[in-house]
Amino acid sequence: MSRRKTERLLSLVVCLLSSQRYLTATQIRAAVPGYPASFDAFKRMFERDKEELRELGIPLDMGTNAALDDEVGYRIPRQAYELPDIRLEPDEAAVLAVAARVWHRAELAGAAAGALLKLRAAGVEAEETAQPGIEPRLQTGEAAFAPLWEAVRDRRPVTFRYRAAGRSEAQQRELEPWGVVNRHGRWYVAGHDRARQAVRAFRLSRIDGAVAFSGPPGSVTVPADADVRELVKSWDERPVAPRSAVLSVRAGAGLGIRRQATREVAGTEGWDEVETPFAEVAWFSEHLASFGPDVVVREPADLRDAVITRLKGALA
Amino acid sequence: MTSARAAEHGTTSADRLQRLLALVPYVISRKVVGLAETAAAFGVSERELTDDLNMLWCVELRTPDPYCPIDLSYEGGEIVISQAEPVDRPLRLGVDEASALLVALRMLAEVGELTSVPELAEGSALSRTIAKLEAAAGEAAAPSAQVAVEVDQHAERSVLARVREALDGGRRLHLSYYVPGRDEATERDVDPMRLLVVEGRTYLEGWCRRAEAVRIFRLDRVLRIEVLDVAAEVPHQAEPVDVDQGLFRPSPGDMRVVLELTPRGRWVAEYYPCEDVTELGDGRLKVTLRTPDGAWARRLALGLGEDGRVVEPAALAAAVRADAATALAQYATDPSDSGPAPNKR
Repeated sequence: MSRRKTERLLSLVVCLLSSQRYLTATQIRAAVPGYPASFDAFKRMFERDKEELRELGIPLDMGTNAALDDEVGYRIPRQAYELPDIRLEPDEAAVLAVAARVWHRAELAGAAAGALLKLRAAGVEAEETAQPGIEPRLQTGEAAFAPLWEAVRDRRPVTFRYRAAGRSEAQQRELEPWGVVNRHGRWYVAGHDRARQAVRAFRLSRIDGAVAFSGPPGSVTVPADADVRELVKSWDERPVAPRSAVLSVRAGAGLGIRRQATREVAGTEGWDEVETPFAEVAWFSEHLASFGPDVVVREPADLRDAVITRLKGALA
Repeated sequence: MTSARAAEHGTTSADRLQRLLALVPYVISRKVVGLAETAAAFGVSERELTDDLNMLWCVELRTPDPYCPIDLSYEGGEIVISQAEPVDRPLRLGVDEASALLVALRMLAEVGELTSVPELAEGSALSRTIAKLEAAAGEAAAPSAQVAVEVDQHAERSVLARVREALDGGRRLHLSYYVPGRDEATERDVDPMRLLVVEGRTYLEGWCRRAEAVRIFRLDRVLRIEVLDVAAEVPHQAEPVDVDQGLFRPSPGDMRVVLELTPRGRWVAEYYPCEDVTELGDGRLKVTLRTPDGAWARRLALGLGEDGRVVEPAALAAAVRADAATALAQYATDPSDSGPAPNKR
């Protein structure tokens, strides 16, 4: 960290905020201490300083004071700079403190802390006193979260390699991302898939490697009626007509199956007959096979075969 | 820049500038504030804070006439800023900042709806906070609408309501709790501590009187719940789980399980915390898991079938094969009709 640079940037902000009028580079150089004597060196340093202020979210306006001025000047409009007044009651501040902890150590944790600092600076007392007895957390273990959030925020298209469930090869995809959704603790991105010319959702944990931007900020248009949450939900819960399975379950075992049962008939020879709904053969056969010798599928035949295949696979 | 990154690599000029710009309005909005208290609020030492204050006091603009726009003092450990007009208000929230808080607040609203926490209910402090923050953030609030968090709906509302009732009234709970690894229901009395919502699932944290330890219960695995007419007694030594370290941490005595997964078995690496994940090519994976529960690992491997092969430990691999053989034999006894000794209809 350079102390002189911090001092210069601070003076620059104070200077540009103090002035109602646009200040030319020459005027700024005269007012703000710490710039080098050579004009070229000053210009380079000033360009970098402007960039730093913009990155911090400080609004830097460019313009002229009169139509005939030929040199552009700079100023920071106070209206655009200042956080509007915000007053929070103690119960509201307590809720805010819980919210700020939600991202703890996840991707937006730093942003949450920065926001809390500004709100405290505005006079909010976000003390962690009142505890509603609940601790929600969001995690962003997926490396793709940061670039995808940036892409969604800045409306940029992205490319990435994606390994669909059960596929051995990852495929290149190009997406106009409309939003990111956390569902059942997992992150998804939904948007317009350029190659397929259709709406698609992707699970972030299945993105293979880096996410790259494939267009400039602002080049993605999100349809006004796009509901990313619904898109991901319908993608995740593709409707499957429920079917019914008849199973023999060893007496006293298979509690995890019986929990869902619609019918249970106690048998005589150590086996009960259990009827239970299921949606997908693939998933349900895995669930049933996990009970090993405690369950035998009687119907339907495709489920029975799938469980036998699983068990043979485990035997191999 | 995230504060975590700054802590790792030392504070940058940009970080410090942000702090300085927040420090001025922080003091001004409080009129007089102690050095120690302010240093704590900003996470710096008192020495760093006085250095910040000196830097602010030294700001000098040279034209048209030299002047110092900021005047302050911190005599006797009390900070007073008497003049700082251009920077007396904090900087607006950036998009990331506004989004981080708004997404979290909206998630709390869902959690509150689900768990009936009075502070988070509809029309409560929470909705007022969201409205105020949206107003203060202005345009920066818009992108946060493109992030949605859907909170788990697996847990029964009646279960949640009983947990709330016990938490609010300081009462003991009786749980009948399903343990999938052992495929059995366990009966236990629990003194509730907190509700946790992590990775989209709802958990009860409490002092389990059977284990004599803090335990975490997934609410969708509660088979039966009863609020007892007994006051909860959480002992002093009960340490809440550090949620941020992960709810389930392996302990040294845990079994180490190594599995080889086909592309169809890769979901294991997404669902369970793995100690090690190695790509084997063609979409196959080798993963290392830790579990205190051998029965759980056995069930996992049985269900995976050919999509997951147990590499280690050998005893587990043998047990899985033995279970599979027994199960298959039951199918072989009567191929036309299905069951082993089926019930006569």
